[in-house]
Amino acid sequence: MMRVPLADVSSRVNHTDSWRILRPEIDYGKCIRCMICWKFCPDNAITVSESEDIKSPNERVARLEAPVIDLDYCKGCGICANECPEDCVEMVYESRGVN
Amino acid sequence: MPEEVNDMPFSIPREEFMEPGHTACHGCGATLAMRYVLKALGKDTVVSVPASCWAVIPGAMPNRTLNVPMVYTPFAATGASITGLRVAMDILGKEDCNVVGFAGDGGTADIGLQSLSGAMERGHNVFYIMYDNEGYMNTGVQRSGSTPYGAETTTTPVRAERNFKHQQKKVVADLMMAQGVPYVATATVAYPEDLIRKIVNAKKIAGPKFIQILSPCPTGWYFPTEKTIEISRMAVQSGMFPLYEYSNGKLRVTKPSKTISIRDYVSVQDRFMHLDEEDVSNLQSAVDQRMKNLLDRERETSGA
Repeated sequence: MMRVPLADVSSRVNHTDSWRILRPEIDYGKCIRCMICWKFCPDNAITVSESEDIKSPNERVARLEAPVIDLDYCKGCGICANECPEDCVEMVYESRGVN
Repeated sequence: MPEEVNDMPFSIPREEFMEPGHTACHGCGATLAMRYVLKALGKDTVVSVPASCWAVIPGAMPNRTLNVPMVYTPFAATGASITGLRVAMDILGKEDCNVVGFAGDGGTADIGLQSLSGAMERGHNVFYIMYDNEGYMNTGVQRSGSTPYGAETTTTPVRAERNFKHQQKKVVADLMMAQGVPYVATATVAYPEDLIRKIVNAKKIAGPKFIQILSPCPTGWYFPTEKTIEISRMAVQSGMFPLYEYSNGKLRVTKPSKTISIRDYVSVQDRFMHLDEEDVSNLQSAVDQRMKNLLDRERETSGA
Protein backbone atom coordinates (compact mmCIF):
# COMPACT_ATOMS: atom_id res chain seq x y z
CA MET A 1 0.00 0.00 0.00
CA MET A 2 1.24 3.47 -0.85
CA ARG A 3 2.14 5.56 2.16
CA VAL A 4 1.13 9.20 2.28
CA PRO A 5 2.72 11.80 4.56
CA LEU A 6 0.35 12.39 7.45
CA ALA A 7 0.73 15.14 10.03
CA ASP A 8 -0.76 14.05 13.32
CA VAL A 9 0.99 15.97 16.08
CA SER A 10 -1.30 18.61 17.53
CA SER A 11 0.01 22.16 17.26
CA ARG A 12 -0.51 22.31 21.04
CA VAL A 13 3.13 21.26 21.32
CA ASN A 14 4.11 24.70 20.01
CA HIS A 15 3.87 27.27 22.75
CA THR A 16 3.45 30.70 21.20
CA ASP A 17 3.91 32.69 24.41
CA SER A 18 7.24 34.11 23.23
CA TRP A 19 5.37 36.02 20.50
CA ARG A 20 3.78 38.21 23.13
CA ILE A 21 4.73 41.80 23.88
CA LEU A 22 1.55 42.77 25.71
CA ARG A 23 -0.21 40.39 28.06
CA PRO A 24 -3.97 40.55 28.69
CA GLU A 25 -5.08 40.61 32.32
CA ILE A 26 -8.73 40.14 33.23
CA ASP A 27 -10.15 42.09 36.16
CA TYR A 28 -12.54 39.38 37.41
CA GLY A 29 -14.16 41.85 39.80
CA LYS A 30 -15.66 43.55 36.73
CA CYS A 31 -16.01 40.56 34.35
CA ILE A 32 -19.65 39.69 33.61
CA ARG A 33 -18.77 36.35 31.86
CA CYS A 34 -20.26 37.41 28.53
CA MET A 35 -17.60 35.28 26.76
CA ILE A 36 -17.09 37.81 23.98
CA CYS A 37 -13.31 37.51 24.51
CA TRP A 38 -13.57 33.73 24.12
CA LYS A 39 -15.69 34.13 21.00
CA PHE A 40 -13.23 36.40 19.21
CA CYS A 41 -9.89 34.82 20.23
CA PRO A 42 -8.06 33.80 17.03
CA ASP A 43 -5.59 31.64 18.97
CA ASN A 44 -8.10 29.63 21.02
CA ALA A 45 -6.09 30.86 23.97
CA ILE A 46 -9.12 31.61 26.14
CA THR A 47 -10.43 28.59 27.98
CA VAL A 48 -13.60 28.31 30.02
CA SER A 49 -13.06 27.53 33.68
CA GLU A 50 -15.64 25.94 35.95
CA SER A 51 -13.70 26.98 39.04
CA GLU A 52 -15.80 28.82 41.60
CA ASP A 53 -12.80 30.43 43.29
CA ILE A 54 -12.54 33.17 40.68
CA LYS A 55 -13.51 36.64 41.86
CA SER A 56 -16.77 38.00 40.46
CA PRO A 57 -18.81 41.23 40.62
CA ASN A 58 -21.91 39.60 42.16
CA GLU A 59 -23.57 36.37 43.31
CA ARG A 60 -25.28 35.62 40.01
CA VAL A 61 -22.09 35.98 37.98
CA ALA A 62 -20.20 33.87 40.54
CA ARG A 63 -22.25 30.83 39.50
CA LEU A 64 -21.17 31.14 35.86
CA GLU A 65 -18.06 29.74 34.27
CA ALA A 66 -15.26 32.23 33.69
CA PRO A 67 -12.90 32.94 30.77
CA VAL A 68 -9.28 32.16 31.63
CA ILE A 69 -6.41 33.18 29.37
CA ASP A 70 -4.00 30.38 28.54
CA LEU A 71 -0.68 32.23 28.55
CA ASP A 72 1.09 29.31 26.83
CA TYR A 73 -0.72 30.17 23.60
CA CYS A 74 -1.82 33.83 23.85
CA LYS A 75 0.07 35.90 21.28
CA GLY A 76 -1.06 39.17 22.81
CA CYS A 77 -2.99 40.54 19.84
CA GLY A 78 -5.34 42.47 22.13
CA ILE A 79 -8.65 41.63 20.43
CA CYS A 80 -10.10 40.55 23.82
CA ALA A 81 -9.22 43.90 25.42
CA ASN A 82 -10.59 45.82 22.43
CA GLU A 83 -13.89 43.93 22.28
CA CYS A 84 -14.62 43.59 26.02
CA PRO A 85 -17.88 45.48 26.67
CA GLU A 86 -17.00 45.98 30.35
CA ASP A 87 -13.45 47.19 29.67
CA CYS A 88 -12.11 44.69 32.15
CA VAL A 89 -9.22 43.31 30.08
CA GLU A 90 -6.05 45.33 30.35
CA MET A 91 -2.98 44.84 28.14
CA VAL A 92 0.20 45.13 30.18
CA TYR A 93 3.83 44.90 29.08
CA GLU A 94 5.37 41.48 29.64
CA SER A 95 8.34 43.07 31.43
CA ARG A 96 6.02 43.91 34.34
CA GLY A 97 5.86 40.23 35.30
CA VAL A 98 2.88 38.12 36.30
CA ASN A 99 0.98 39.32 39.37
CA MET B 1 -20.18 21.24 36.69
CA PRO B 2 -22.85 22.66 39.08
CA GLU B 3 -26.47 22.37 37.95
CA GLU B 4 -27.14 26.09 37.69
CA VAL B 5 -24.27 26.63 35.23
CA ASN B 6 -26.40 26.08 32.15
CA ASP B 7 -27.31 29.68 31.47
CA MET B 8 -23.87 30.51 30.13
CA PRO B 9 -24.23 33.13 27.40
CA PHE B 10 -22.55 31.16 24.63
CA SER B 11 -23.93 32.44 21.35
CA ILE B 12 -21.90 30.03 19.20
CA PRO B 13 -21.22 26.28 19.63
CA ARG B 14 -18.72 25.50 22.37
CA GLU B 15 -16.90 22.61 20.78
CA GLU B 16 -13.54 23.53 19.22
CA PHE B 17 -12.08 21.85 16.14
CA MET B 18 -9.05 24.11 15.93
CA GLU B 19 -6.17 23.67 18.35
CA PRO B 20 -4.09 26.50 19.80
CA GLY B 21 -0.39 26.78 19.01
CA HIS B 22 -0.82 27.45 15.31
CA THR B 23 1.45 29.90 13.52
CA ALA B 24 -1.02 32.54 12.32
CA CYS B 25 -0.06 36.19 12.81
CA HIS B 26 -1.33 38.16 15.81
CA GLY B 27 -5.00 39.06 15.38
CA CYS B 28 -5.52 36.87 12.29
CA GLY B 29 -9.01 37.00 10.79
CA ALA B 30 -8.57 33.85 8.68
CA THR B 31 -8.08 31.59 11.73
CA LEU B 32 -11.31 32.94 13.18
CA ALA B 33 -13.07 32.16 9.90
CA MET B 34 -11.89 28.53 10.05
CA ARG B 35 -12.78 28.27 13.74
CA TYR B 36 -16.37 29.42 13.13
CA VAL B 37 -16.84 27.32 9.97
CA LEU B 38 -15.79 24.16 11.81
CA LYS B 39 -17.95 25.02 14.82
CA ALA B 40 -20.90 25.19 12.43
CA LEU B 41 -20.09 22.01 10.50
CA GLY B 42 -18.91 19.69 13.28
CA LYS B 43 -16.52 16.77 13.20
CA ASP B 44 -17.80 14.95 10.10
CA THR B 45 -15.95 17.32 7.83
CA VAL B 46 -12.99 17.16 5.51
CA VAL B 47 -11.25 20.39 4.54
CA SER B 48 -9.27 20.93 1.37
CA VAL B 49 -6.80 23.82 1.47
CA PRO B 50 -4.74 25.17 -1.45
CA ALA B 51 -1.64 27.34 -1.17
CA SER B 52 -2.78 30.19 1.07
CA CYS B 53 -2.25 31.50 4.57
CA TRP B 54 -4.12 28.46 5.80
CA ALA B 55 -1.52 26.18 4.21
CA VAL B 56 1.06 27.54 6.66
CA ILE B 57 -1.09 28.26 9.71
CA PRO B 58 -1.05 24.60 10.91
CA GLY B 59 2.74 24.80 11.14
CA ALA B 60 5.46 22.58 9.72
CA MET B 61 5.29 18.80 9.37
CA PRO B 62 4.36 16.83 11.52
CA ASN B 63 2.02 19.40 13.09
CA ARG B 64 -1.66 19.81 12.51
CA THR B 65 -4.00 22.33 14.06
CA LEU B 66 -7.41 21.03 12.99
CA ASN B 67 -9.19 18.11 14.61
CA VAL B 68 -10.70 17.18 11.25
CA PRO B 69 -8.87 15.85 8.16
CA MET B 70 -7.25 18.57 6.09
CA VAL B 71 -5.95 17.93 2.58
CA TYR B 72 -3.37 20.13 0.89
CA THR B 73 -4.07 20.78 -2.75
CA PRO B 74 -2.32 22.72 -5.54
CA PHE B 75 -3.16 26.42 -5.84
CA ALA B 76 -5.54 26.18 -8.78
CA ALA B 77 -7.19 22.91 -7.82
CA THR B 78 -9.46 23.50 -4.82
CA GLY B 79 -12.60 23.00 -6.93
CA ALA B 80 -11.23 19.81 -8.49
CA SER B 81 -10.05 18.55 -5.10
CA ILE B 82 -13.44 18.95 -3.40
CA THR B 83 -15.09 17.31 -6.41
CA GLY B 84 -12.86 14.25 -6.01
CA LEU B 85 -13.30 14.13 -2.25
CA ARG B 86 -17.09 14.35 -2.59
CA VAL B 87 -17.31 11.58 -5.17
CA ALA B 88 -14.99 9.35 -3.11
CA MET B 89 -17.02 10.00 0.05
CA ASP B 90 -20.24 9.10 -1.76
CA ILE B 91 -18.72 5.84 -3.03
CA LEU B 92 -17.68 5.01 0.54
CA GLY B 93 -21.25 5.67 1.66
CA LYS B 94 -20.33 8.77 3.65
CA GLU B 95 -22.93 11.07 2.13
CA ASP B 96 -23.34 12.90 5.45
CA CYS B 97 -19.71 14.00 5.58
CA ASN B 98 -19.22 17.67 4.69
CA VAL B 99 -16.61 18.39 2.04
CA VAL B 100 -15.22 21.90 2.35
CA GLY B 101 -12.83 23.79 0.11
CA PHE B 102 -11.20 26.52 2.17
CA ALA B 103 -9.27 28.88 -0.06
CA GLY B 104 -8.01 32.42 0.15
CA ASP B 105 -8.99 35.19 -2.22
CA GLY B 106 -5.97 34.68 -4.49
CA GLY B 107 -6.78 30.98 -4.76
CA THR B 108 -10.41 31.83 -5.52
CA ALA B 109 -10.68 35.12 -7.40
CA ASP B 110 -7.54 34.69 -9.52
CA ILE B 111 -5.82 31.32 -9.63
CA GLY B 112 -8.60 28.91 -8.69
CA LEU B 113 -11.50 30.60 -10.46
CA GLN B 114 -11.90 28.09 -13.28
CA SER B 115 -11.78 25.07 -11.00
CA LEU B 116 -14.25 26.75 -8.61
CA SER B 117 -16.62 27.57 -11.44
CA GLY B 118 -16.35 24.01 -12.78
CA ALA B 119 -17.08 22.42 -9.39
CA MET B 120 -20.10 24.69 -8.89
CA GLU B 121 -21.37 23.95 -12.41
CA ARG B 122 -21.10 20.17 -11.92
CA GLY B 123 -23.41 20.57 -8.94
CA HIS B 124 -21.60 18.51 -6.30
CA ASN B 125 -22.76 18.67 -2.72
CA VAL B 126 -19.77 20.70 -1.50
CA PHE B 127 -18.95 23.86 0.42
CA TYR B 128 -16.52 26.34 -1.02
CA ILE B 129 -15.43 28.84 1.59
CA MET B 130 -13.41 31.81 0.38
CA TYR B 131 -11.76 33.64 3.23
CA ASP B 132 -11.18 37.02 1.76
CA ASN B 133 -8.21 38.92 3.17
CA GLU B 134 -8.02 41.03 0.03
CA GLY B 135 -4.57 40.08 -1.19
CA TYR B 136 -1.85 37.43 -1.33
CA MET B 137 -1.00 37.92 2.34
CA ASN B 138 0.89 34.65 2.83
CA THR B 139 3.55 35.54 0.25
CA GLY B 140 4.00 39.12 1.44
CA VAL B 141 0.96 41.25 0.59
CA GLN B 142 0.64 41.24 -3.20
CA ARG B 143 -2.40 42.58 -5.00
CA SER B 144 -5.17 40.12 -5.94
CA GLY B 145 -8.37 40.50 -7.93
CA SER B 146 -10.17 40.82 -4.62
CA THR B 147 -8.07 43.74 -3.34
CA PRO B 148 -10.29 46.85 -3.15
CA TYR B 149 -9.74 50.09 -5.03
CA GLY B 150 -7.21 52.36 -3.39
CA ALA B 151 -5.27 49.75 -1.43
CA GLU B 152 -1.52 49.81 -1.25
CA THR B 153 0.19 46.42 -1.58
CA THR B 154 3.78 45.44 -2.33
CA THR B 155 2.90 45.09 -6.03
CA THR B 156 0.89 48.33 -6.07
CA PRO B 157 3.29 50.47 -4.03
CA VAL B 158 2.61 54.12 -3.32
CA ARG B 159 5.63 56.30 -3.95
CA ALA B 160 5.81 59.57 -5.87
CA GLU B 161 3.81 58.03 -8.74
CA ARG B 162 0.89 56.98 -6.45
CA ASN B 163 0.64 53.53 -7.96
CA PHE B 164 -2.10 52.19 -5.65
CA LYS B 165 -4.66 49.68 -6.98
CA HIS B 166 -6.89 51.62 -9.36
CA GLN B 167 -9.26 48.77 -10.21
CA GLN B 168 -12.39 47.90 -8.24
CA LYS B 169 -12.67 44.74 -6.17
CA LYS B 170 -13.82 41.62 -8.01
CA VAL B 171 -16.51 40.11 -5.77
CA VAL B 172 -16.52 36.35 -6.35
CA ALA B 173 -19.81 35.90 -4.46
CA ASP B 174 -21.50 38.13 -7.04
CA LEU B 175 -19.98 36.01 -9.84
CA MET B 176 -21.30 32.87 -8.20
CA MET B 177 -24.75 34.41 -7.91
CA ALA B 178 -24.64 35.24 -11.61
CA GLN B 179 -23.66 31.65 -12.34
CA GLY B 180 -26.76 30.42 -10.51
CA VAL B 181 -25.09 28.56 -7.64
CA PRO B 182 -27.91 27.33 -5.34
CA TYR B 183 -26.51 28.91 -2.18
CA VAL B 184 -24.28 31.99 -2.06
CA ALA B 185 -23.60 34.08 1.04
CA THR B 186 -21.18 36.63 2.37
CA ALA B 187 -20.18 36.79 6.02
CA THR B 188 -17.49 38.26 8.19
CA VAL B 189 -15.70 37.38 11.41
CA ALA B 190 -17.25 40.24 13.43
CA TYR B 191 -20.63 38.50 13.21
CA PRO B 192 -19.93 34.84 14.06
CA GLU B 193 -23.59 34.10 14.88
CA ASP B 194 -24.60 35.26 11.40
CA LEU B 195 -21.73 33.31 9.81
CA ILE B 196 -22.65 30.09 11.63
CA ARG B 197 -26.35 30.51 10.83
CA LYS B 198 -25.50 30.89 7.13
CA ILE B 199 -23.40 27.72 7.13
CA VAL B 200 -26.16 25.80 8.91
CA ASN B 201 -28.65 27.08 6.32
CA ALA B 202 -26.28 26.12 3.51
CA LYS B 203 -25.96 22.60 4.90
CA LYS B 204 -29.66 22.00 4.21
CA ILE B 205 -29.06 22.42 0.47
CA ALA B 206 -27.78 19.30 -1.30
CA GLY B 207 -25.78 21.13 -3.92
CA PRO B 208 -22.82 23.46 -4.28
CA LYS B 209 -22.54 26.21 -1.68
CA PHE B 210 -20.30 29.25 -1.87
CA ILE B 211 -19.60 31.47 1.13
CA GLN B 212 -17.25 34.45 1.06
CA ILE B 213 -15.92 35.47 4.48
CA LEU B 214 -14.17 38.80 4.89
CA SER B 215 -11.15 38.14 7.14
CA PRO B 216 -9.28 41.32 8.04
CA CYS B 217 -5.50 40.94 7.99
CA PRO B 218 -3.50 43.21 10.35
CA THR B 219 -0.26 42.30 8.54
CA GLY B 220 -1.45 43.20 5.07
CA TRP B 221 -3.97 45.94 5.76
CA TYR B 222 -1.54 47.69 8.12
CA PHE B 223 -3.69 48.21 11.20
CA PRO B 224 -3.09 47.38 14.90
CA THR B 225 -3.70 43.71 15.71
CA GLU B 226 -6.46 44.41 18.24
CA LYS B 227 -8.65 46.08 15.58
CA THR B 228 -9.44 42.94 13.52
CA ILE B 229 -13.02 42.57 14.74
CA GLU B 230 -13.64 46.32 14.80
CA ILE B 231 -12.54 46.73 11.17
CA SER B 232 -14.52 43.67 10.11
CA ARG B 233 -17.60 45.30 11.65
CA MET B 234 -16.79 48.64 10.01
CA ALA B 235 -16.53 46.96 6.59
CA VAL B 236 -20.17 45.95 6.92
CA GLN B 237 -21.34 49.25 8.39
CA SER B 238 -19.66 51.27 5.65
CA GLY B 239 -21.12 49.10 2.87
CA MET B 240 -17.64 48.10 1.74
CA PHE B 241 -18.57 44.46 2.33
CA PRO B 242 -22.36 44.01 2.31
CA LEU B 243 -23.64 40.85 3.97
CA TYR B 244 -26.18 38.89 2.00
CA GLU B 245 -27.64 35.44 1.57
CA TYR B 246 -28.83 34.09 -1.78
CA SER B 247 -30.74 30.82 -1.78
CA ASN B 248 -33.47 29.32 -3.95
CA GLY B 249 -33.22 32.30 -6.30
CA LYS B 250 -33.96 34.81 -3.54
CA LEU B 251 -31.52 37.43 -2.33
CA ARG B 252 -31.67 38.83 1.19
CA VAL B 253 -29.34 41.71 2.05
CA THR B 254 -28.60 42.39 5.72
CA LYS B 255 -28.91 46.09 6.45
CA PRO B 256 -26.58 47.19 9.25
CA SER B 257 -28.32 48.99 12.12
CA LYS B 258 -25.60 51.64 12.13
CA THR B 259 -23.98 53.01 8.99
CA ILE B 260 -20.68 54.84 8.62
CA SER B 261 -18.97 56.47 5.65
CA ILE B 262 -16.14 55.02 3.58
CA ARG B 263 -13.97 57.83 4.94
CA ASP B 264 -14.37 56.34 8.45
CA TYR B 265 -13.49 52.86 7.16
CA VAL B 266 -10.37 53.82 5.18
CA SER B 267 -8.99 56.17 7.82
CA VAL B 268 -8.29 53.30 10.26
CA GLN B 269 -6.15 51.28 7.81
CA ASP B 270 -2.74 52.38 6.66
CA ARG B 271 -3.13 50.60 3.30
CA PHE B 272 -5.48 53.50 2.39
CA MET B 273 -3.52 56.31 4.09
CA HIS B 274 -2.41 57.93 0.79
CA LEU B 275 -5.98 58.39 -0.55
CA ASP B 276 -7.09 61.98 -1.11
CA GLU B 277 -10.67 63.28 -1.05
CA GLU B 278 -11.25 62.47 -4.72
CA ASP B 279 -10.04 58.86 -4.37
CA VAL B 280 -12.28 58.35 -1.34
CA SER B 281 -15.29 59.75 -3.18
CA ASN B 282 -14.52 57.41 -6.13
CA LEU B 283 -14.56 54.50 -3.72
CA GLN B 284 -17.70 55.78 -1.99
CA SER B 285 -19.61 56.07 -5.27
CA ALA B 286 -18.57 52.56 -6.36
CA VAL B 287 -19.69 51.18 -2.98
CA ASP B 288 -23.01 53.07 -3.17
CA GLN B 289 -23.61 51.78 -6.71
CA ARG B 290 -22.95 48.19 -5.69
CA MET B 291 -25.25 48.50 -2.68
CA LYS B 292 -27.97 49.94 -4.91
CA ASN B 293 -27.57 47.04 -7.38
CA LEU B 294 -27.84 44.52 -4.57
CA LEU B 295 -30.96 46.15 -3.12
CA ASP B 296 -32.54 46.31 -6.60
CA ARG B 297 -31.77 42.63 -7.05
CA GLU B 298 -33.27 41.88 -3.64
CA ARG B 299 -36.46 43.70 -4.62
CA GLU B 300 -36.67 41.86 -7.98
CA THR B 301 -36.10 38.40 -6.52
CA SER B 302 -38.49 38.85 -3.59
CA GLY B 303 -41.31 39.07 -6.14
CA ALA B 304 -42.65 42.33 -4.66
